[in-house]
Amino acid sequence: MPDPMRIRASMVGDKVDVKVLMAHEMETGLRKDAKGQAIPAHFIQSVTVMHNGKTVFSAQWGPSISKNPFLHFRFAGGKPGEKLTITWTDNKGEKRTDETTIAGG
Amino acid sequence: MDQKRRDVLKAGGVLALGAAAGLLGSGQALAQEWNKAAFDTKSLNDAVKAMGGAGAVESKDIQFVNPTPEIAENGAVVPITVSSNIPRTQSIAILVEKNPNILSASFAIPAGTEPFVSTRVKMGETSKVFAVVKADGKFFYAAKEIKVTLGGCGG
Repeated sequence: MPDPMRIRASMVGDKVDVKVLMAHEMETGLRKDAKGQAIPAHFIQSVTVMHNGKTVFSAQWGPSISKNPFLHFRFAGGKPGEKLTITWTDNKGEKRTDETTIAGG
Repeated sequence: MDQKRRDVLKAGGVLALGAAAGLLGSGQALAQEWNKAAFDTKSLNDAVKAMGGAGAVESKDIQFVNPTPEIAENGAVVPITVSSNIPRTQSIAILVEKNPNILSASFAIPAGTEPFVSTRVKMGETSKVFAVVKADGKFFYAAKEIKVTLGGCGG
């Protein structure tokens, strides 16, 4: 089971400000190991953020996103106490979903 | 169940299951299939075409915001923050011109979400970074040169 994401969601003005740190190798597939063999690509391909049943943010990524990806975005319509769910899926079909509660402003 | 649904379910994503079962409801932004063609492109124009555009026009309404650096000491972790002032921004993409594949990421901006995103990318060498915005079905871009002292592709 992949390591959990660290999510901080808080009110900045009337928007929900969200910062996420995910745990993932984001291996490009271009590196070689000590024997000269290519290390297989292993990277998050898609990220989706849900709030009240609506997708408020989503992303498609390639392997050039840095290891342990960081993400910061803002959306309107959320209030303290409400939940945010973030899911990522990688190129091997592995996935991880984490939930957080929006903190007060 | 047809083959496409089977493939989507096999991908194992919660959203894939939700979409197949209709749980996400109509009118929601469904997670789209990963745009492999776009992530294989090597040039700005090809990437824009793979994202559905004919070409992109340069725009001063797309900004690279702090903490996007002029010089990145570590090419493995270069912070890129983009803000778009173009009305009805639908998506923001980040491209690194000299990387083996130009497209790093594409972010969908549903209505109500700020056209702003901050992340970190790997840069193999000093290169132009493009922020490509799709707004109202049209494509725009801004470019920023970022110098890299230690390349980040590890190759």
